[in-house]
Amino acid sequence: MNNQFTALKTIWIKECIRFLRIWVQTLVPPAITMTLYFVIFGNLIGSRIGEMGGFNYMEFIVPGLIMMSVITNSYSNVASSFYSTKFQKSIEELLVSPVPTYIIVLGYMGGGMARGLSVGVIVTCLSLFFVDIQIHNVGVIFLTVLMTSAVFALGGLINAVYANSFDDISIIPTFVLTPLTYLGGVFYSISLLPEFWQGVSQVNPIIYMVNAFRYGFLGVSDVDMGLAFAVIIGFITALFALAYRLIDKGVGIRH
Amino acid sequence: MTYALEINGLKKTYSNGVYAVKGIDLKVEKGDFFALLGANGAGKSTTIGIISSLVNKSEGQVRVFGHDIDTDLGLAKSQLGLVPQEFNFSQFETLNQILVNQAGYYGVPRKEAHKRAAKYLEQLGLLDKKDKAARTLSGGMKRRLMIARALMHEPQLLILDEPTAGVDIELRRSMWEFLQQINEQGVTIILTTHYLEEAEMLCKNIAIIDKGVIIEDTSMKALLSKLDKETFILDLKEPVADFHLPDYQYKMNDSHTLEVDVHKAQGLNGVFETLSHSGNTVLSMRNKANRLEELFVELVEKGRGQ
Repeated sequence: MNNQFTALKTIWIKECIRFLRIWVQTLVPPAITMTLYFVIFGNLIGSRIGEMGGFNYMEFIVPGLIMMSVITNSYSNVASSFYSTKFQKSIEELLVSPVPTYIIVLGYMGGGMARGLSVGVIVTCLSLFFVDIQIHNVGVIFLTVLMTSAVFALGGLINAVYANSFDDISIIPTFVLTPLTYLGGVFYSISLLPEFWQGVSQVNPIIYMVNAFRYGFLGVSDVDMGLAFAVIIGFITALFALAYRLIDKGVGIRH
Repeated sequence: MTYALEINGLKKTYSNGVYAVKGIDLKVEKGDFFALLGANGAGKSTTIGIISSLVNKSEGQVRVFGHDIDTDLGLAKSQLGLVPQEFNFSQFETLNQILVNQAGYYGVPRKEAHKRAAKYLEQLGLLDKKDKAARTLSGGMKRRLMIARALMHEPQLLILDEPTAGVDIELRRSMWEFLQQINEQGVTIILTTHYLEEAEMLCKNIAIIDKGVIIEDTSMKALLSKLDKETFILDLKEPVADFHLPDYQYKMNDSHTLEVDVHKAQGLNGVFETLSHSGNTVLSMRNKANRLEELFVELVEKGRGQ
């Protein structure tokens, strides 16, 4: 067990060193992008929108924007890192070693979470220049952001397992993740939508994550909190099981 | 008896239908320095891939120090160090990071891993490159890095898949010395190589694999004793114009160079006597090809029915 903990720590440290080594590619871009969101959507356009969910627009979108950066970075960290180890064949270092599959999954998931949360902290600090952040329930904030980053880190891992080229690790973020995030209640309350589209929005898992996170800050949510946590935990369980199965079977990594 | 490696009825068919390994049985004793030879595509790397769990086997049984890879995979892996044919480390990590991480995967604590990394980097002449990114190394250095990496968890069985490919002769010799030292310390070594003099010099036992089957599995000495005929090249002092060498098959490569086939029972005395009587002097003599190479070609061709 001690050996397994050492192995887990090793993968996690390796992953953290990787994204810190290339901080200009991993930490700076989300900081710049989110600052632009704060300036344009929050200050310039937001001031004309008025209130949303009982709060000014800037206050409303900040939790969503933080969550958006956490989601994107947790996902892309594992997708690019794991695919890169496949591409360079350095995944074989892990495959020949006695590291159990669940440790490999946890290690990469932990690495993705570390980057997602680091970016989350940076974006939160930047948001303080634009808005006074209020905190309704700090436990909900931490629980939601931790679990959400785990969901998308696992998603990135599964994407990388199936990927056969660097193009393959950008397809899902571009065509699935970004639309789901933009339609996931980051910029608006789903109560503004017609009833039909409100129903459609319920199948978007990001709605639950963004709303749970926003609840932690503002105390308002478009969805039931119990349901939100159930959805997030359900996704973690399902994606962990899938990632475990794929790596254990050696899909895309063993012949 | 527990073997360092025991393989029974090993078969592998790839998803594209290639039947790469067709029922291999092999035993490697503890402490052995074992050569696994075969032409490209013979099934060596597939076999090694299965032993090190990079390739899923189709059938058969593999045991590393008695640990079955189907039931005791973790224990089997912890005994095994692999130096693969292709470079398979992150090009962006430093040598130290690569080694420390590898040790960590085997549960070696970080502090101890740093010590071992320094030890093996020094032994392999890479200590001054410790903090350089792996991509900055030369080909020979990268090969040595992979040897250091395979030793980080101090395995009892070290498998080297063409470790000296593309390495200059001076470096190759220093790697041979290092591997001999490791073997003397009790580590069982399995080596695949295309440099047959390397196998002949280092290995005690040998197996030859061709088209997925083992066609020879014996001691190096026993194998070499099967060599019935050797071809020698003799450099002569005087030019030879009209020359006859009874009982030997020979040819003049040029006026000063004699190539002669010598059967085991014949010996070389007859050649020297004839040359001596004709007043010629042999300046130097060498084998036309490595002895093992001649046998290897002969065995593989025989196996293929040519």
